[in-house]
Amino acid sequence: MDYSSSNLFVQMGEWLANPDNWSGSRGIPMRIIEHLGYVGLTMLFAMLIAVPLGMYVGHTGKGRVLIVSGIGILRALPTLGMVFLFALLFSRGVLPAVWALVLLAVPPVLSGVYSGIASVNSTVVDAARSMGLTEWQILSRVEVPNGLQVMLGGVRAGVLQVVATATVVAYAKADGLGVFLVEGTQVNDNGRLFGGAVVIAVVAVAVDGIMALLQRFAISPGLRAARPAARSEKESGRQEAVASAQGGTT
Amino acid sequence: MTSSEQAERRTMIEFRNVTKSYDAGRPAVDDLTLAIERGRITVFVGPSGCGKTTSLRMINRMVEPTSGQILLDGQDVAQQKAAELRRSMGYVMQSSGLMPHRTVLDNIATVPRLNGVARSAARARAKELLDVVGLASELGSRYPGQLSGGQQQRVGVARALAADPPVLLMDEPFSAVDPVVRAELQAELIRLQNDLAKTIVFVTHDIDEATILGDKVAVLAVGGRLAQYAAPEEILRAPVDDFVAGFVGRDRGFRHLSFLDGDHVTIHPIETIETSQLADPTVSVRSPWTLLVDPEGRPHGWIPAATRASITSQAEAVPGGSLYTRGGSLRSALDAALSSPSGLGVTIDDDGRAVGVVRPAEVFDLIEAGRLDRGRDHFNTAV
Repeated sequence: MDYSSSNLFVQMGEWLANPDNWSGSRGIPMRIIEHLGYVGLTMLFAMLIAVPLGMYVGHTGKGRVLIVSGIGILRALPTLGMVFLFALLFSRGVLPAVWALVLLAVPPVLSGVYSGIASVNSTVVDAARSMGLTEWQILSRVEVPNGLQVMLGGVRAGVLQVVATATVVAYAKADGLGVFLVEGTQVNDNGRLFGGAVVIAVVAVAVDGIMALLQRFAISPGLRAARPAARSEKESGRQEAVASAQGGTT
Repeated sequence: MTSSEQAERRTMIEFRNVTKSYDAGRPAVDDLTLAIERGRITVFVGPSGCGKTTSLRMINRMVEPTSGQILLDGQDVAQQKAAELRRSMGYVMQSSGLMPHRTVLDNIATVPRLNGVARSAARARAKELLDVVGLASELGSRYPGQLSGGQQQRVGVARALAADPPVLLMDEPFSAVDPVVRAELQAELIRLQNDLAKTIVFVTHDIDEATILGDKVAVLAVGGRLAQYAAPEEILRAPVDDFVAGFVGRDRGFRHLSFLDGDHVTIHPIETIETSQLADPTVSVRSPWTLLVDPEGRPHGWIPAATRASITSQAEAVPGGSLYTRGGSLRSALDAALSSPSGLGVTIDDDGRAVGVVRPAEVFDLIEAGRLDRGRDHFNTAV
């Protein structure tokens, strides 16, 4: 593509403004859909693993040490390296990349779910048990609704990372928003490279915004409507928990 | 019917040689054997570490005994499913333990919902219960975080009553609220109990609360030993050992007067002056102390004869002491007399109108007479 200037920002602007880049199976909208498809697939697998595990550990308190060290190990893995490793070990195509992304998404979701469940006031749980709720009812009717804020915080952190990192899929198969980065580097097209990066950033912010909105609707007003003194205490605790759920992942 | 069968019918919960020990340490509850009467309030009282809460929690299997048996209505609780057993008993704890994400009504409706009652029926029942525990119905749509501590405890009691269980377990339910609210809640519980006649097991560390609420009081000593199990009146009057005497405390003699009724206290007439007559200097007083009353006859302080002339308004009267409601306990009669600046305990009727005064010396005479009576009974039974 020919640009009118050698300035990076001008090139980016021209690339984004070019209608050719917004249509067809190689256009930006199609790439966004592919990209979000991989994010969805990754989150589905990650949550299938992390949500039950986090709930089990949070509810029973068993295996906490294992979980914490496991999360530490997973966080230390380089995602791109895992993509190549899985590709070499198992198969070509897109799945090795998805598995690598799952490894990236599990730690924030797992720690969010675990700390969300574990953060629920033990007096409330004790009262629920004393009233005759079964363990499953305690989990589903007391711990999940009360820990939801922190749990969703973990999921949100996971989604955000996967949206940003799903570009690695492009190394395995020419799919998703990563294509603009890989191709941009290969053909030395800085407009495409930079424009693609901006699109990824915008998508990430938009997805996070939608998740924030969902989170707001999912939380019981009773958990927000606490008395002023109680609220400031609770919310700062909650933010700390969210921060710890997200910590070390960025 | 044999007497043992009768005893069995009276007993709702029975501890049989129940011991609970954690690890290898001293037992938290040591060989507890105790029968809790149906339809009465039984209080477990004792210092920290006496195993009173542990004992309570073994009834609904929140804690499993190391050895021994607990029978509920003749059935071993260990044979019943824990969740179902717990639903058959109301449970009230120190911090209300309400679910913060649910409204007050939904909190109260929790157990009926678990039992499969339809949501609308459970909520209707919850609304009734708000009224029963003395809360305005508009509080039903609020969340627990929006209520005061006292209101939360009331909701906790309503929630425990929701499924109309025959047994209520209450674990220091009023200890986290201020003394005024606590007194209100205690009075409310007694009123409720008069209507509902539940079997209530109540845990507290406060011997005053125990003697106010309990039909029977079990005093537990550190290490989970049952020191004394008797009517509160007996525990105050005749503690079995130094531990109970020490725990019951220094004021026990005075507190014991709560259990002696004042029906026989002589009420003497008293000269009164109406508030409206104060400003009129021609209305004089003859007695050394004249009781100031409003047009409805309610007492508002004292007018000493010596300073009658200088007192022209109600605000200048000498403030009175506590009031004795006619027919109340000797404790309140004596307190009224002792706290009154005139040395005369103002006595009122149920509508708050002054009906006369009691004299401390006569109250003492009655206490003395009562003690002699009991001494004779004791002597007779001993023979």
